[in-house]
Amino acid sequence: MDIPSGKTKREVIEQAVIRFAGDSGDGMQITGSQFTNTVALYGNDIATFPDYPAEIRAPAGTVPGVSGFQLNFSSGEVFTPGDSVDALVAMNPAALKVNIGDLKANGILIVNSDSFEETDLRKAHVTSNPLEDNSLDKFRVFPVELQKLTRAALASLGLDAKSMDRCKNFFALGMCYWLYNRSMDPTIRWIDDKFSKNPLLAEANKLAMRAGYSYCEATEAFQISYEIPPAQLTPGTYRNLSGNQALAMGFVAAAQKSGLKLFLGSYPITPASDILHELSKYKSFGVLTFQAEDEIAAITSAIGAAYSGSLAITTTSGPGMALKTEAIGLAVMTELPIVVCDIQRGGPSTGLPTKTEQADLLQAMFGRNSEAPIPVLAASTPGDCFWVALEASRIALKYMVPVILLSDGYLANGAEPWRIPTAEEIPAVPVKFEKNPEGFQPYRRDPETLARPWAIPGTPGLEHRIGGIEKQETTGNVNYEPLNHEKMVRMRAAKVEAIRQDIPNVMPVGDPEGDLLVVSWGSTFGSVAGAVKAQREKGRKIGHLHLRHLNPLPGNVGDVLKRYRKVLVPELNMGQLLWMLRAKYLVDAVGLNKIQGRPFKQNELEQKFEEVMGL
Amino acid sequence: MTTTALPPLTRKDFQTDQEVRWCPGCGDYAILAAVQSVFPELGVKRENFVVVSGIGCSSRFPYYMNTFGFHSIHGRAPAVATGIKIAHPELEVWMATGDGDALAIGGNHTIHMLRRNVGIKVLLFNNRIYGLTKGQYSPTSEFHKVTKSTPYGSPDRPFNPVSLAIGAEATFVARSVDIFQAHLKETLKAAAAHKGSAFVEILQNCNIFNDGAWTSLTEKDARSEHVIQLEHNKPLIFGKNRNKGILRKPDGDIEVVTLGNGITEADLIMHNSHHPRASYAFLLSHMEGRPGFPTPIGLFRAWDDLPRYEDVVNEQVNQIIQQKGPGDLNKLLRGGDVWEVK
Repeated sequence: MDIPSGKTKREVIEQAVIRFAGDSGDGMQITGSQFTNTVALYGNDIATFPDYPAEIRAPAGTVPGVSGFQLNFSSGEVFTPGDSVDALVAMNPAALKVNIGDLKANGILIVNSDSFEETDLRKAHVTSNPLEDNSLDKFRVFPVELQKLTRAALASLGLDAKSMDRCKNFFALGMCYWLYNRSMDPTIRWIDDKFSKNPLLAEANKLAMRAGYSYCEATEAFQISYEIPPAQLTPGTYRNLSGNQALAMGFVAAAQKSGLKLFLGSYPITPASDILHELSKYKSFGVLTFQAEDEIAAITSAIGAAYSGSLAITTTSGPGMALKTEAIGLAVMTELPIVVCDIQRGGPSTGLPTKTEQADLLQAMFGRNSEAPIPVLAASTPGDCFWVALEASRIALKYMVPVILLSDGYLANGAEPWRIPTAEEIPAVPVKFEKNPEGFQPYRRDPETLARPWAIPGTPGLEHRIGGIEKQETTGNVNYEPLNHEKMVRMRAAKVEAIRQDIPNVMPVGDPEGDLLVVSWGSTFGSVAGAVKAQREKGRKIGHLHLRHLNPLPGNVGDVLKRYRKVLVPELNMGQLLWMLRAKYLVDAVGLNKIQGRPFKQNELEQKFEEVMGL
Repeated sequence: MTTTALPPLTRKDFQTDQEVRWCPGCGDYAILAAVQSVFPELGVKRENFVVVSGIGCSSRFPYYMNTFGFHSIHGRAPAVATGIKIAHPELEVWMATGDGDALAIGGNHTIHMLRRNVGIKVLLFNNRIYGLTKGQYSPTSEFHKVTKSTPYGSPDRPFNPVSLAIGAEATFVARSVDIFQAHLKETLKAAAAHKGSAFVEILQNCNIFNDGAWTSLTEKDARSEHVIQLEHNKPLIFGKNRNKGILRKPDGDIEVVTLGNGITEADLIMHNSHHPRASYAFLLSHMEGRPGFPTPIGLFRAWDDLPRYEDVVNEQVNQIIQQKGPGDLNKLLRGGDVWEVK
């Protein structure tokens, strides 16, 4: 696309945060992801934050129905979707009301002025029209008649009014492409593909987008446009990737690298369902997906598949985890390799299905009857989900244990540029099936890993019985003897502990010792890393320790904790890792805890760092 | 099921060294004996058998079968077995379960396994009581039954397991009795020959907590009056003198009639267990409890034209691989829009 001509000024800036907000039916998630894809392809570093309601369509125009998509794109390194926004697109008064508080002073505000009628204001419980009452004076406000202009642009196509109105988000998208000097080509390709069976709708969306772009050019509404040069990322081939996509591909990679069939048993649940959707497409990789009748069948079918020699996984979110609890215990007892993915969301109970939280850590650690320790891992970024899926599979298969992998709504739906590894760069995942009936015992252990043999049905001479009843060591026969039970309980714990030999020591990023160590896990990685970087630029002595392996913890965590005057553990929960670290290392760590269904803002982290350091 | 030539297996090959821990006199012993004598005749390699169970007395079954065995958790055996079958359709998977395991805590899995037609042979040991927890009423206990948890009588109306299975569109539904060894073995063989889900209710006596649950059917004198044997292509006849039968009434219901007085065998229902629709079998399953009606045993339904679930799932995978070629990891990782950073 050409650079806009005319009298408008073009300014090169380092970074911008844009948010698209509208009704659930306004297509804001599509608009946001199209803009994201375009800037990612251009080479910017990005972080996204889709934020949508649990209701598929709350009443139109109301506050609960507001759906938003935020994108931070930059020529520098991006850690978070951004604390506040430089440009806001608001499709109606409700979207304006919900989001205006995050718009920076002098920020750009594009509003659909067609939707600020009396009735629209009433639906949003707004008493005076913000476009007329001077309440938006500190922003650069651009009221645009999105509906009328879109209809005018599409007049020749013969579509009904409703179909035309559905294209107004692409009018807004076209305006944003002009504003940030971005090509419309990637979105045009996407539209052609998406509407390949309906050329009329394809034409309508393209026309609407081009009309939005031309509108800016012709009216010179903005006076200024921006350019954000590409970021200096590590050389390589990149793609834009969400956490759920990354998890799905990670497991396909693990199956390919281990030579096993991948089996997914799953029951649909927000925000994990996309993993099921993704994997059900990958049949050419021999992936078997089973949409079970409930969460329990989802995991127990996976246990059956693992028992018969598959790389078996199950995917869910917190409420589903609660239902899978007993079955996870069965996998502990039968020592079968499965990976249980918990895409955490706000809780308890149904909680906040579409909002993020990291409050299932202690459930993952302890949420089973009796002594049932399990390896727990957590992904830190959307792209990291790929690598954590591989690591979880490796541990499960090597040690013959169920593994819990924690992701969350923020990672699941958020996206980032991901450097694509070649298949050859991905390490092998070795697997050995027992074949030899000579002296075979189902619970004889590998001396190094303490894993029992994987003896799958169909192997002559290895017929044996397993189950949830306590096992006699070595033979695996039913056994109720007191000392045998204690030995087996300790054995299962020792097996999980043995994984520590296989986990690299962790090195804090930033100062190797000093005033403050910030310990994080999971999706808070980006905001904590950003805040630590900013504080260190101010000369503060801070280290950042991010944990991927939460059980067992890497061997040197205790030593690292001692090297700093203060230890802070920011978490989107009431202090669960904090509790674990205090209990295990007797360290006087403090927490920063936020339970709002939203990620940390860099600003709130930095304030807390300063407070803890006594500044 | 594989049918290659094998060194002949015997009943002994399927016995384990584990001490059997059912109460002396339990009906489960007879079922175990029947299964151990039928398995060698199926032409399946021993290593290809997997016996899966849930929780309850019946679910100890796998420990006593020298095959691959999985004693899982309460109610979940159908799901475990489904996972095994999807991953390995060639395995011969049998499931041992009870009235509590399959119909109470595991009721959901049972109906979904049956409607999917997963190729699992289900042996439901129905003793109408919770044995392992020592005597509470089960989903098949009679209305008003006095048990430990219902000292004033059970307020629950029972499930008829056969009706439930037929209602879930199971393609093979049969009933037999623990002590009718010959009938039980024939029924098990018929189940084994069925490709899809095969559901066999086995009326089983718990001599400790519900002794005599089925005596009205099993006592020698009463047997022929109270039991009707369903045989394909044979009229529905029963009675000591084989002079009673089941007739289809004009209103669609059935009635018991005595032969003679103008009513002949030709007027009776000719049993067709291969009927493609489940409604006929469902009607038969509702004889019990009706005054004057016998309890049917044998094959209610054995309609094997529906593909097995595990075959459908795997066939889909094979078709996609044929169409698109085997997946290429590099291509998958580079799917969608990519860009180079130099």
